[in-house]
Amino acid sequence: MHYPSSLRKSIAIARKDLRVYYGKGPVVIFGILLPFFFFFSFLIGRNMPPLSLISGLGGMAIWFTATSISPVIAPMETRTRTLERLVSMPISVSEMLMGDILASMAVGAVLSTIPISIIGAILNLNLVHFFPLALGIVMASFCFSAIGVLMSALPTDTPSDVMMLALLIKFPVVFVSGVFIPAGNLPGWGRLISRFSPLTYFVKLVRVSFGGTGQLWVNLGILALFAIFSLLLAVFVHKRTLPKRL
Amino acid sequence: MSAIESRKLVKEFDGLRAVDEVSFRVEEGEIFGFLGPNGAGKTTTTRMITGVIKPNSGTATIEGIDVVQNPTAAKEKIGIAPEEANAYLDLTARGNMNLAGEIYGVPGSQLRNKVDDLLAAFGLLDRSDSKVKGFSKGMKQRLILAMALINDPGILFLDEPTAGLDVESQRLIKDRIKELNEEGKTIFLTTHDIAEADRLCDRVAVINRGKIAAIDSPERLKTTIKSTQSVLVSFSSKNFQPEDLRVLEGVEEIEKEGDKWRLYGPEPGKIIEEVVNFARDEGGEILSLNTTGPSLEETFTHLTKNQN
Ligand SMILES: Nc1ncnc2c1ncn2[C@@H]1O[C@H](COP(=O)(O)OP(=O)(O)O)[C@@H](O)[C@H]1O
Ligand SMILES: [Mg+2]
Repeated sequence: MHYPSSLRKSIAIARKDLRVYYGKGPVVIFGILLPFFFFFSFLIGRNMPPLSLISGLGGMAIWFTATSISPVIAPMETRTRTLERLVSMPISVSEMLMGDILASMAVGAVLSTIPISIIGAILNLNLVHFFPLALGIVMASFCFSAIGVLMSALPTDTPSDVMMLALLIKFPVVFVSGVFIPAGNLPGWGRLISRFSPLTYFVKLVRVSFGGTGQLWVNLGILALFAIFSLLLAVFVHKRTLPKRL
Repeated sequence: MSAIESRKLVKEFDGLRAVDEVSFRVEEGEIFGFLGPNGAGKTTTTRMITGVIKPNSGTATIEGIDVVQNPTAAKEKIGIAPEEANAYLDLTARGNMNLAGEIYGVPGSQLRNKVDDLLAAFGLLDRSDSKVKGFSKGMKQRLILAMALINDPGILFLDEPTAGLDVESQRLIKDRIKELNEEGKTIFLTTHDIAEADRLCDRVAVINRGKIAAIDSPERLKTTIKSTQSVLVSFSSKNFQPEDLRVLEGVEEIEKEGDKWRLYGPEPGKIIEEVVNFARDEGGEILSLNTTGPSLEETFTHLTKNQN
């Protein structure tokens, strides 16, 4: 594989995704607005410590925005038969998926940086570790986008099928990842499950970046491992299911 | 080296053989027709040769490059206008062209001119910045063709490029196909329209039920097709016997279908004249008179028989 040309192809796909999919109503509502309302309605009447608030909101934002559209690109392209057009061109499955991940990642990174910055400013929090947080946002949005792309491997042409699957995964993950309740306060089984959720490590990372106690580089490293694993798994599964879409 | 070679391609769907050991070669510079009725296996064969789906067995090469082994390299050599494919409705015509250009690696400095030229050639330049959503079927198909040419390929695969389009778009597309061939491009053209194959192609492969029935010049295929043309006639008053009609000039075979007679012969026009004269001379009134070409299925069955 010739890397500069692979990247060029993936970027072309990413630009297409951003233009075609990110303006669509259901995406904005279910992927972006709903989780924010959900989070703020949870907040009402509670007295959340500032560090829990910013890490919970940041985690919620990045998890939902990075997985907002990546799950439905493949079924939509199957239905509209643009997939046939794409696979007729010289582009591999991994280049195509990488493009979808890049688009979703850009959206996830931007739409989580904004609320984190705003809440940080309002609460007057001190960002102790800027670079690790930035790196964490990039890695987490990559990882969650890849997870979204993995969900879309379900060989269907009905976006709502995948939306359903995505919701069934996305909400439980939020509850075990320390978004509402710090992972340390979960019951034993909850804590065990939380270790298998990459979101847990991002939430911890945000907390540490703003001066909370915990390990910075361990959380970053685990996120990176999850990111690589999700990417490889997504490519592997899509290679198997793509022929069923054509 | 042939431009395209198909070697015993086989594709099964749920145990059914949609394509059954299809082999042929297309030489450089040819317009090669791939003719067959709906469901014959044309699209499935085309998708295997262009590396979109994998065959169960057999393979194909594009300028010597094995499509199954090396699909991306093979795809770089060709342009494809798939039968069932769409441009992005939420992108403009230019947006779709740019996407294709970026994937094929057309250098940025040339892309704009190339896109303009192609959109102009397909009559879409004045709509280049409109979203494809508002395009007619013919315009969408022209855009798909323009996209197929963005990498200036030596070989073009067109799967039923004119099916179901308005006359204007059909003519424009056929003219372009001829021009592109004159520029030296090899063209693989799938169609279920005998007349189209006849007018455009140097050679035609006929496929029926997944098997190649014949590969020949359109001229020779036409002769075969002609002998299965017929005139269907019914008379009011008199009860004719088959012998009465058999003597008519140009009639090769006769069948009775209810109260009608079917008269087979290579030149239906001649037969009609004869039938009219016959009715006048014998004092019978013609109630109905139709010429019917062979159905594709009939022709292809006929060709398949001749092969064996
Ligand atoms: N993806 C598919 N799944 C199942 N059957 C298919 C599929 N694609 C084509 N077929 C079947 O294969 C046969 C050949 O189809 P196709 O190649 O589209 O024919 P043509 O293009 O000549 O009309 C048909 O019987 C069709 O129903
Ligand atoms: Mg077809």
